[in-house]
Amino acid sequence: MVPAAFDYRAPSTLEEALSILKQRGDDAKVMAGGQSLIPLLKLRFSQPALVVDIGRLPGMADIKRENGHVRIGALARHVDAEQSKELAKLLPMMVEAVHWIADPLVRNRGTVAGSICHADPSGDWGSVMLALDAELVARSSSGERVIRADSFFQGPFTTTLRPDEIVTEIRIPLPSGRAGGSYHKLERKVGDFATVAVAVQVEFDGHKVKKAGIGLTAVGATNIKATQAEKALVGHELKDDVIAEAARLAAAAAEPKDDNRGTAAYKKDVVRVFVQRGLKAALARAQEVKA
Amino acid sequence: MKVTMRVNGTERSGNVEPRVLLVDYLRSNLALTGTHVGCDTSSCGACTVLLDGEPVKSCTLLAVQVEGREIKTVEGIAQGGALAPIQVGFHEEHGLQCGFCTPGMMLVGAALLERNPNPTDDEIRWAISGNICRCTGYVNIVKAVQHAAKLTSGKEAAAVAGGTE
Amino acid sequence: MSSTMHMHGGIGESIKRKEDARFLRGKGNYVDDFVLPNMSHMAILRSPHAHARIKSIDTAAASAKPGVIAVVTGELMAQHKLAWMPTMSGDTQAVLATDKVRFQGQEVAAVIAETKAQAEDARDLIMVDYEILAAVTSPDGAKAEGAALIRDDKEGQKDNHIYHWESGDQATTQAAFAKAHKVVRLHTFYPRCHPAPLETCGCIADVNPVTGKATIYMTSQAPHAIRTVFALVTGLPEQQIRIISPDLGGGFGNKVPVYPGYVVATAASLLLGRPVKWIEDRNENLISTGFARDYHMTGDLAVDKDGKMLALRVHLDSDNGAFFADAQPSKFKAGLFHIVTGSYDIPTAHVTADGYYTNKAPGGVAYRCSFRVTEASYLIERLVSNAAFELGMDQAEFRKKNFIQPEQFPYTSATGWVYDSGDYPKAMDVALDKLGYDELKKDVQARRKKGEVTGIGIASFTEVVGAGHGAEFDILGLRMFDSAELRVHPTGKAILKLGVKSQGQGHETTFAQIVAEELGIPAQDVIVEEGDTDHTPYGLGTYASRSTPVAGAATAMVSRKLREKARKLAAHLLEAAEEDLVWERGKFYVKGSPERSKTIQEAAFAAYTNLPEGMEPGLEGVTYYDPPNMTFPFGTYAVVVDIDKGTGQVKVKRMVAVDDCGVRINPMIVEGQIQGGLTEGYGIAFMQLITFDAEGNCIGSNFMDYLIPGAWETPKFEIGETTTPSPHHPLGAKGVGESPTVGSPAAYVNAVIDALSPYGITNIDMPVTSDKVWAALRSKGVTE
Repeated sequence: MVPAAFDYRAPSTLEEALSILKQRGDDAKVMAGGQSLIPLLKLRFSQPALVVDIGRLPGMADIKRENGHVRIGALARHVDAEQSKELAKLLPMMVEAVHWIADPLVRNRGTVAGSICHADPSGDWGSVMLALDAELVARSSSGERVIRADSFFQGPFTTTLRPDEIVTEIRIPLPSGRAGGSYHKLERKVGDFATVAVAVQVEFDGHKVKKAGIGLTAVGATNIKATQAEKALVGHELKDDVIAEAARLAAAAAEPKDDNRGTAAYKKDVVRVFVQRGLKAALARAQEVKA
Repeated sequence: MKVTMRVNGTERSGNVEPRVLLVDYLRSNLALTGTHVGCDTSSCGACTVLLDGEPVKSCTLLAVQVEGREIKTVEGIAQGGALAPIQVGFHEEHGLQCGFCTPGMMLVGAALLERNPNPTDDEIRWAISGNICRCTGYVNIVKAVQHAAKLTSGKEAAAVAGGTE
Repeated sequence: MSSTMHMHGGIGESIKRKEDARFLRGKGNYVDDFVLPNMSHMAILRSPHAHARIKSIDTAAASAKPGVIAVVTGELMAQHKLAWMPTMSGDTQAVLATDKVRFQGQEVAAVIAETKAQAEDARDLIMVDYEILAAVTSPDGAKAEGAALIRDDKEGQKDNHIYHWESGDQATTQAAFAKAHKVVRLHTFYPRCHPAPLETCGCIADVNPVTGKATIYMTSQAPHAIRTVFALVTGLPEQQIRIISPDLGGGFGNKVPVYPGYVVATAASLLLGRPVKWIEDRNENLISTGFARDYHMTGDLAVDKDGKMLALRVHLDSDNGAFFADAQPSKFKAGLFHIVTGSYDIPTAHVTADGYYTNKAPGGVAYRCSFRVTEASYLIERLVSNAAFELGMDQAEFRKKNFIQPEQFPYTSATGWVYDSGDYPKAMDVALDKLGYDELKKDVQARRKKGEVTGIGIASFTEVVGAGHGAEFDILGLRMFDSAELRVHPTGKAILKLGVKSQGQGHETTFAQIVAEELGIPAQDVIVEEGDTDHTPYGLGTYASRSTPVAGAATAMVSRKLREKARKLAAHLLEAAEEDLVWERGKFYVKGSPERSKTIQEAAFAAYTNLPEGMEPGLEGVTYYDPPNMTFPFGTYAVVVDIDKGTGQVKVKRMVAVDDCGVRINPMIVEGQIQGGLTEGYGIAFMQLITFDAEGNCIGSNFMDYLIPGAWETPKFEIGETTTPSPHHPLGAKGVGESPTVGSPAAYVNAVIDALSPYGITNIDMPVTSDKVWAALRSKGVTE
């Protein structure tokens, strides 16, 4: 399992990187941590003519609060999110989620943005971003645009990112008021992809739900935003019957397949169970937060 | 293309195709065969090395990505001729049987002790959760790291008390 | 270097391992670590299809790639009569496919190039035109009307049936069933899994064009047997073949068979006059090398009204893959499966077994199974627990009621095994005590009342290891003795050479300890060598837990031989009569005058400098040991589980393991073996599976699909022991390496079934994954 041969460029500025993609984006792969790409190269499932290593671009690894959102730079690694005091304070659901991603070794290399751009429907960050209504900033040599998470994922390993674009940062709006979230994942062992996982983030106005985000992992052609379930929560208190109904709607939104991890019926039911558990946990955590 | 990195404290340069994995560069170009290959899907951790002090899978890194950076392999653990605490721990606690996963386990253990000098059983298991062992059942690996922790903190206590370097 | 360096290192001492230094420093010598001058690299092209006719192979583009030295196909191998080779079970196996491919992953062609990358690049360009055939993916499929004939290469083979094998007494058993108060049946499938040692298989074949000597570095657990097989297969004279099995990164039975890659690499080296290195990828290891299990078993247990077992009847269908290549003693088609009466005094039993070809990789006997004992132990322990539940009896009490009692040993089982020794009630009691069984049962009942799903599983296994007595045990005719050659140097240090081969079991330490005990030379002063067939006596290798029972016995015997010569030398030095000397480990002294003594070191020096007239100089010997019987280690394992009703996930809360392997040479090493095996058993019970779709595509050929437990998943074990020596082994020792994989899967699964039994669930086949548990609970209306 030696990769097929490829050209390699390691630009030292973003402009240089974007210029390379302008010329050769169609048969190039952008690589940050390489934890998703290199395994594909080794198995020869991916044989790009050119690999553009953006790992040396300066100033892109930060995680910080800015103007009502948290900014996660393109080169911020999973472990950086895991250790970020900002995230632990502002978006603890993300810190909970990161513990479920791959294993400690992969987390030392893989990047949040890279993982999202890889767009594996079994990837965890995608569901987190959908639940948090995140935005991705995409730069090309012709300019910049902002892509909402719920317009980013098109299909398995397919996004609306163009071949000449690089995601330079992720912006996550900060919750206003009391909020709580959770990430539940069923995996067969550490490092396995999810059988099912659910990201939940709820913002409250008093006891009532003001805003709800539910993202589903590994149960569709992409990560899924359970919009019907979200809508059913808004304006209500999180009582058992409300939670049960949202869980039912989220399960209905899931489109899993039968495979070695289980039947579609099994996975849908675990979505239901995890949404229930997730909402209860979100409520409990919101109640712990000082308003 | 040319690649230069520090390996076990020494600057090493080589000429490689971009597709050469770091593990193959270490094993073939630098003849450091202590880092092993156990799988094709970045699943087993037999190839673990320290990159700027952090454990990573060298099979999931291109040699060229490591330009200018610092790598530590198992061959760099011993301090001169003497075994380092992590190695003593693995020996004293029977933390190895066939030895194939051992380099990776020791490097992860040593890196953990740098951050967390007195880890619990569960903290050690979490740190090595990306490294597969087929022989030991992990019990003695955990004991080995804890043994190393005691040695390290004992040494440090002695150094503080005795004013030694 | 060790805290135990000052110790003598005799039997029973937990001295630290002598072999550790090189592994700790990253200086182990695994096959892939060797680089020979002018070495080339080989990559194998494998079939993407499970069953297909080969219409043509075009190697032109591959041959033209930079760095390519040769492209080898089955046609080329056939010209040298090497397209097929014998298996260890009396069948033939394709080396490189000629007419058809018969399993996904089968070897079709090989590229030899200057570098591994070039070999893989060229491999991508080999074009094979296949005509796809229907695939057979199970014994039922193999038997079905109109099933594709897989082995149309074998003359006289009309269907996919390989063998029929029986043990026990059909008539007596039938009669007992007719009179039974109750018959309990269990039909269960022990799925295909794989030993997956962390180091894959591989070799460097170096046929020297000048001398004709073939030196083959090989991941082999049985280098001498392989050398003989190579001689027979390749026609190279045996004295010109040297197999070097260096450090092995685990074996677990995966490194016993001869793989096509070894043969192709050797043929290529012979033809090219250069060393050829072949190291398989993990994918190749999982899809094509010796798998384990794949047994469909039905067991019936007859009991009387008091819960006493009367008879056992078992039928099994074995899925052997495309070639019957089980690495097992030749007289046993289903290995030692007929140990299936286990720890119980069952008066009569009848076992029938049928093997079938399928379009899957060949093998079956591997993975710490003791030659199919794991399958047998799983069946009986699951059946016994189910029977206890059906009878309304406590699972421990039911077992105790039926145990073979200590006074019944040596015990002849209904299928003809003579168990050497055992004390099953004691091991059970130690386990239950460790568990706090009575309190635990109350706790389980209380938690069940609150709606929790929780259970306790027990398994009391007896297994059989130490193959074996030559008249019954041979591999391809080679009797399963083993050997030890011991030479003591003038300064009283020694070198011990063995016919077995460690893959991590610590032989460099434990076998030195045997010499330390029997000859009195400290373990630190004894160096142990294994694996190089030019330098070690002939043996059948390490697998099926046979090293301690057979080579360990040989080591004890050769040490005693040398001790007797040393006695003569000491008598000569002391000018005393031999009969007047007393041996106290390490020295001889004159009875009544202990100050008149000579150490073993002094006697050794005398062997070279001061001998009695007529005595041959030197102090050395070799023993080939033919064991009189097998050894029968045993134990009781107990597991406690909690089950998540919402997801079906199983959490092992406790795992208690009490083992009895007779005398323990190095308790630390024995415990290490047990912890490792319990972990493999955990993986087998809950997550390890190689399966196939209807087209014969293999699912489970990488570590993302074939799941190995890591430190976070693996339970924490509570280890206990009892010691019941083997009466026939010179040291009283039995084997132990496989006991934990033999005994634990049933313990884990029994715990799950116990937890689900209040809902009327009686079986879930392994791996017991969360979706299966969820489905079982849902079928009974249990949900979160």
